[in-house]
Amino acid sequence: MHDSPLLSIRDVSKRFGGTQALADVSMDVANGEVRAIVGENGAGKSTLMKILTGVEQADTGQISWDGQPVEIRTPFEARRLGIAIVHQELSLVPNLSVAENVFVGHTPARKFGRMSFLDRPSMLEQTRALLADFDVAIDPSMRVRDLSLALQQVVEIAKALSQHCRLLILDEPTSALTAHEAEILFSLLARLRESGVTIVYISHKLDEVLRLADSCTVMRDGSVVGTLSRADMNSDRLVSMMVGRTLETLYPAHSGGGEPLLEVKGLRRGNRVRDVSFTLRAGEILGVAGLVGAGRTEMARAIFGADARDGGEVLLAGRPFDVRTPSDAIRQGVGYIPEDRKDVGLFLRMSVRENVIAVTQCSSGLLSWRDRGVEREAARDAVNDFHIRTASIETPLLNLSGGNQQKVLLAKWLAIKPRVLIVDEPTRGIDVGAKVEIHRLLGQLADSGVGVLLISSDLPEVLGMSDRVLVMRNGRTVAELDGATATENLVMSAAVGKVA
Amino acid sequence: MHDEATDRPVPKRGALAPAGWSAGSAGASLGHRIAGVREAGLLLIIVVVSVALTLLTPSFLTWGNLVTTLAGLSLDAIVVVGMTIALISGGFDLSVGAVFACAGIVAVGLMIAEVPIPIAILAALMSGAAWGSLNGFLITRVGVNPFITTLGTMGMARGVVLVLTEGRVLAPVPNGFKLLGQAQIGPANHGVPIIVFFGLATILVGDVLLRNSVFLRQVYYVGGNERAARLSGLPVDRIKFLVYLLSGLLAALAGVIAAARFGSGSPLAGTGMELRLIAAAVIGGASLAGGEGTILGALLGLILLALVSDALILLNVNVYWQQLVTGAILVAAVTFDVLARRRRG
Repeated sequence: MHDSPLLSIRDVSKRFGGTQALADVSMDVANGEVRAIVGENGAGKSTLMKILTGVEQADTGQISWDGQPVEIRTPFEARRLGIAIVHQELSLVPNLSVAENVFVGHTPARKFGRMSFLDRPSMLEQTRALLADFDVAIDPSMRVRDLSLALQQVVEIAKALSQHCRLLILDEPTSALTAHEAEILFSLLARLRESGVTIVYISHKLDEVLRLADSCTVMRDGSVVGTLSRADMNSDRLVSMMVGRTLETLYPAHSGGGEPLLEVKGLRRGNRVRDVSFTLRAGEILGVAGLVGAGRTEMARAIFGADARDGGEVLLAGRPFDVRTPSDAIRQGVGYIPEDRKDVGLFLRMSVRENVIAVTQCSSGLLSWRDRGVEREAARDAVNDFHIRTASIETPLLNLSGGNQQKVLLAKWLAIKPRVLIVDEPTRGIDVGAKVEIHRLLGQLADSGVGVLLISSDLPEVLGMSDRVLVMRNGRTVAELDGATATENLVMSAAVGKVA
Repeated sequence: MHDEATDRPVPKRGALAPAGWSAGSAGASLGHRIAGVREAGLLLIIVVVSVALTLLTPSFLTWGNLVTTLAGLSLDAIVVVGMTIALISGGFDLSVGAVFACAGIVAVGLMIAEVPIPIAILAALMSGAAWGSLNGFLITRVGVNPFITTLGTMGMARGVVLVLTEGRVLAPVPNGFKLLGQAQIGPANHGVPIIVFFGLATILVGDVLLRNSVFLRQVYYVGGNERAARLSGLPVDRIKFLVYLLSGLLAALAGVIAAARFGSGSPLAGTGMELRLIAAAVIGGASLAGGEGTILGALLGLILLALVSDALILLNVNVYWQQLVTGAILVAAVTFDVLARRRRG
């Protein structure tokens, strides 16, 4: 074991546009240890990993490898140093064989004069040897597509190890695994550790972290809060380090809760929504908290009719709400503002006006004629009511800032006068000023009797805005907290599964 | 990148936007603003080319030449309406040429078998609807992408045509039917073929509907961002199905009129039509990615391509140059598009 750390990061910062993703991050990872990195969504973990693997470049700061300062400009350079990463979404080619995936980019070849030919037998043999160490039965010539997710992950790890690998980064490795498959992974990691590989383990699951890690670094809002050694690690401390902010007071005063408006019982869909039950009342803001992968967006889509439900019951104002398509939901007064506004929420090349009218005009009959006057009026009203900053109602949406785009999205849905509005991450990636305005608008909406389901990963936002807070974990609703008495610790604990 | 909210629309770029178009043109969102410039620019190019041709050869600005050129593109004009709408929806229809031929064969074949003319025409139109429905079904219900789907139906329709005709041209057609395609309106030596009116009517109706029908405008949303369109409650599958149904119907309509015009049904009719129409629509401002395009623009694209091919003939240029020139114009138009978009950010 060397004395100097294998990896040393000093004062690394990274800004993306208006967001400071990393601020003066420093940490050391010792040779041969298992270091866990934990933090909420948006803490900066994935940005840091992108910098380590050469996908992004830090704005400032220094990285040292084995005591020597290095610059990691490309993934190739990272790989050459011996840094490999297994992403949450695996990067395997499903149609190719296990061996071809393991050796992608460095396939063994035989040379005949100036030409190289793929040396398939050698590739298969080397893959077999690699996999033998893992104690799993995988035929190297099998197509990756035919393997289970857990085995695919093994292949991904083998791929990392097929080349000189000194640091293996695992990003949320067990998020898609069953408990049994996770055990296989853990014994694999133990073996790797014995053979001297240093492991960085990013996870939300504190029980795993407590079990596997030699030390744990907690990140929050782009900075490192601290690193605890195994002896000092316990869930309480980790959670409070992850969360430790004071609640901002920039949320509208609101108290709501009338008649039950939306009742969900035992909702199920696929693997991501396993058992969701809650009641949303008229005039109430019900926050939905949980970690990435908890199934909140999937739940929203299943309620809205964007995805088919597998089971459970949903009632709207006491009547069955069985919708097959979004237009059914819209017709009954339920709206959904999706999480990824650029991808599935807005028509970026189209104008403000065209976006604002997008939902209302779809409920017209087959032979309806456009009324440009009505369209323009609707758009102007939206711009005025929501304080949307734009040169004109004809400006293409991609010229607007994120905050104003989000306001257009809100305007588009409020135009149908919904009874229930589901908003998914409404203030993600938005500047503070716009955030305050959107919060105000949501508050007004609830005051007018609309039931608002607020899905958000921003804990202060959830706590500041909500009358009650629902917490989801692994596709289930696991806790319901009163807005007045909920704390970030309580929410976080429920979200990660710590018994409070 | 935003100013204070004002109500004044940003003035259209390009001083060439003719007054008549600002009233009727689609709103000035990014794609549409480019289109306004595009349509104006194309018109300018067409005028320039026409002036050049007039100066270069006396045969250009004659009634006979102009009418022949217009008649030639009238059939394309009918089908390009369907193709443009398909492009706006984010797809395209490669089968139009084959459906065009199939409709002609069905109509003529039935007429030869002494089926009354209206029934024969109806059957031909239904054949177009059938192919269009097949496309629509495969694309929306089964989920095959439009390229493969319409490539397949193109092959099937053409194959059906060849099998039914065994490669031979079908003729003759009854006189009443011929009238549909060969009548002229106007004074004896200066009549305008009736097919020009058919083409014009289809273009006008198509353009007006696309700008003003709420249902057809939804095609822009579907092409612009299909997932957002679904989440916004638009009946995306229904819209796409109807788009391909319409394309098939229009191709069949043109095929029937062509059969009337030529007095026969040819198994080779419409060969190469699909690519020519896609080129015309794209030159006119449509994008293969969907969400953009106008029928007026597609018409201008057709006119430009027709002018160019006319020019080659009148100037005695080897007609094999035509493909080269058409291709070059297409590349120029698309390059202009990409650069204009990039500059706009």
